Amino acid sequence: MKVKRIELKAIAEGAAFLGTGGGGDPYIGRLVAEALFDRYGEPEIIEASDLADDANVYISAMMGAPTVLVEKIIGGAELDLSIAALEQYTGRPANAILPAEMGGCNSMLPLAVAAMRGLPVINADGMGRAFPELQMVSFNVHGVCASPMSMANEHGESIIINARNSAETENKARQLIIGMGGSAAISCYPMSGAKVKQTAITGTLTLAQGIGQALAAGRKNGRSIESLLAYLQGTEYYSEARLLFKGKVSNIRNSVEGGFTRGECQITGLGEQSNESLVIEFQNENLVARSGDKIIAMVPDLICLVDSDTGAPVTTEALKYGQRLTVIAANVPPIMRSDKALDIWGPRAFGYDFDFTPIEQL
Amino acid sequence: MRLGIDVGGTNTDAVLVSGSNILGSTKQPTSEDISSGVIAAIEAVVAEAAVSFADIQAVMIGTTQFTNAFVERKRLDKVAAIRLCLPASRSLPPFADWPQDLLDTVDAKYYLTAGGYEYDGSEISPLDSADLQRIAQELIQQGVKSVAISSVFAPVQNNMERQAAEVLLDSIPDLSVTLSSDIGRLGLLERENAAIMNASLASHAKLVVASFEHALKELGIHAPFYLTQNDGTLMQAEQVARFPILTFSSGPTNSMRGAAWLSGVSDALVIDIGGTTSDIGALLNGYPRESSVSADIGGVQTNFRMPDVLAIGVGGGSLVDADGKVGPRSVGHELLTKAMIFGGEVLTASDVAVAAGRANFGKTEALANIDQQQLNNAIGSIQKQIEDGVDRMKTQAGAMPVILVGGGSILLGEELDGAEEIIRPPHYSVANAVGAAIAQVGGEVDQVYAYAETPREEALADAKARAKADAISAGANEESVSIIDIEEVPLAYLPNGAVRLRVKAVGDLSEHQLGEI
Repeated sequence: MKVKRIELKAIAEGAAFLGTGGGGDPYIGRLVAEALFDRYGEPEIIEASDLADDANVYISAMMGAPTVLVEKIIGGAELDLSIAALEQYTGRPANAILPAEMGGCNSMLPLAVAAMRGLPVINADGMGRAFPELQMVSFNVHGVCASPMSMANEHGESIIINARNSAETENKARQLIIGMGGSAAISCYPMSGAKVKQTAITGTLTLAQGIGQALAAGRKNGRSIESLLAYLQGTEYYSEARLLFKGKVSNIRNSVEGGFTRGECQITGLGEQSNESLVIEFQNENLVARSGDKIIAMVPDLICLVDSDTGAPVTTEALKYGQRLTVIAANVPPIMRSDKALDIWGPRAFGYDFDFTPIEQL
Repeated sequence: MRLGIDVGGTNTDAVLVSGSNILGSTKQPTSEDISSGVIAAIEAVVAEAAVSFADIQAVMIGTTQFTNAFVERKRLDKVAAIRLCLPASRSLPPFADWPQDLLDTVDAKYYLTAGGYEYDGSEISPLDSADLQRIAQELIQQGVKSVAISSVFAPVQNNMERQAAEVLLDSIPDLSVTLSSDIGRLGLLERENAAIMNASLASHAKLVVASFEHALKELGIHAPFYLTQNDGTLMQAEQVARFPILTFSSGPTNSMRGAAWLSGVSDALVIDIGGTTSDIGALLNGYPRESSVSADIGGVQTNFRMPDVLAIGVGGGSLVDADGKVGPRSVGHELLTKAMIFGGEVLTASDVAVAAGRANFGKTEALANIDQQQLNNAIGSIQKQIEDGVDRMKTQAGAMPVILVGGGSILLGEELDGAEEIIRPPHYSVANAVGAAIAQVGGEVDQVYAYAETPREEALADAKARAKADAISAGANEESVSIIDIEEVPLAYLPNGAVRLRVKAVGDLSEHQLGEI
């Protein structure tokens, strides 16, 4: 089966939803993928279970500031080079491309590079959403190291990082990104087909597509949010999806801390609910939804803000006063809620002093 | 005294303003050729105020002509886009995601060449003059007369765009050149799109400016003239010929600025009710709040400065259906023949306003047989749609002052949910021409600073000083220049404290710009 060019819009919108406010707007990524599909054809999509155990699987992603990405638009050559550099280092040619992050812009780039190289893309990823850091992937949870990692830029320059663990790989890479112009194409977590089967969160590419399709279908009769919820609740992963709150943005506060946008956004109810409000705390991605002192959803469960009229996902950077937003939360797959996984991306990994409680228990 | 003119789709309004006094105002139909309608409006307002043409010291014109031309794909030039970026940004060339009919109209050609900057202003690669000369030769062969030049991170550093323009102009002296750094903000594709749109309007803009110049000269007005831009500030005539796109959203801006001036209230919501729509915007410090999201104009994504305006399909000409629902369909400029109060056969929002006793014009007897239920529903429908819009545009909890302007503002009564008070200033029906007459001049800086290298205080001071200098070089009186907006956006995922700063300064037009006062 091919990833159809015509479906990129739906996948991008679904990935913007799964981005939970972060990951950058997939608009540019989609245009890049469309341009490369036009040039190289549509790539095959395969299931993780179809991989040979000894297949060589490479990740493709962009790392750095989304603001740089919208100015110095990432090219196919950099994406290709990041993979080639890692292939050369490991001595194993790629058999398939794996997305690291099915949220935001990074959902699109693996499709672009798969098209370019004529390789299949795997219907899976390492986050099932977006997270801000390299070590926050299921591969790392299950013991695969981010290193060796490659980084490439438009000048044909590449760097290999070989750090002692995934978190250190992230640290080294984050420093090097500046010298690469603030953004770079990367490949990391090189692994075998067998490892992918053990560690990846499967089915997420088609889930993103399903989310985008549900939004588009609902929009035709003005019921995009209902359509989205119905779709999510019918999936295996997001069966506990629910509407948390509906209102308008009444306050936004953000600051930069250690390279990340941290802050919160207050949403106040409309009409009879105008004395109720919900606060969303974010670090690029939405982390916690709080109603007064009571937390009603927390990372890694999905907390997504969508436009109340159109259902279109709204990123943290695009938040503005007065916007009518609906807050939707959903459970994440069990693989993302294991103790080992929560060490990597539970509330404590983001500096909170409480443990994870699933939304269905809040 | 200043002459303010607003050329709208239906009416051309004119006002004469001296200090804080309105000496006269008029509403005339917009003419097909624009300039004869403008002449008629000027003659009428000068006659009403009983002044002479020679007394006019400056003429400020707000017009939506360029917006309409682009949206309707009329009178557009062929454009070549030249992007300085290689070896970066190759995968997504200019004109990506443009509608096909527009691509055909402007004969979309593009060239990618070396150049461009990183976010910190260092070069991606040096400019390749030889390649630009080769491109110039191709442009000559293709007969291209207008180009848009963009470069990666041009808002941070625009030297290369300017150098590239010089190289092209050396080969083609009469080439129209638009630089992306003169128009848009960070976001290469959207800024480049705006530059291409601007380039496509190059010859039309020259014609419009010439026709305004001609019209004023014919009347014996020798004062300088300006057009108003999206942010409520002025551009000189010669600037307009170069940057027509900066006028794109000046209509709503002028009506909001005019509303602020006429009412003396600088923080409020403004509702401008016209024939087809009600435009709701927020005034902050007397200026319209700007939109933070990219705007789609004629099917093209752009990111230039636009007021954040919510248009609702309720206006004086809105049709009322059998259940009493008002709009969004409208009789538009045919109100004077189709509305029942004007002898027509359809029920419009204006008929409802008259029947409800909110206004008194036309033939009220024609409304004798209106169904009372339908009337009540229609009043409720107008009220609810406007109140929803007000709630949506408010940026704070609680009620705000609401200023009502535009000819259709008679549709509303004295009660509005969310309104602390309803202000109907004098001359409310020509608020947009007033907004043009009182426009100021502005300057802006939009740049990325690394706070690790340039401390925040220093960066802010630098940006403020440059925004002020920009305003002064655009004609502002130095003493009157003040900073009206500072926006600080941290660039996520970078550890060196990179922050994008946007600072805006405005000031009154300086006296030597106004001639003798």
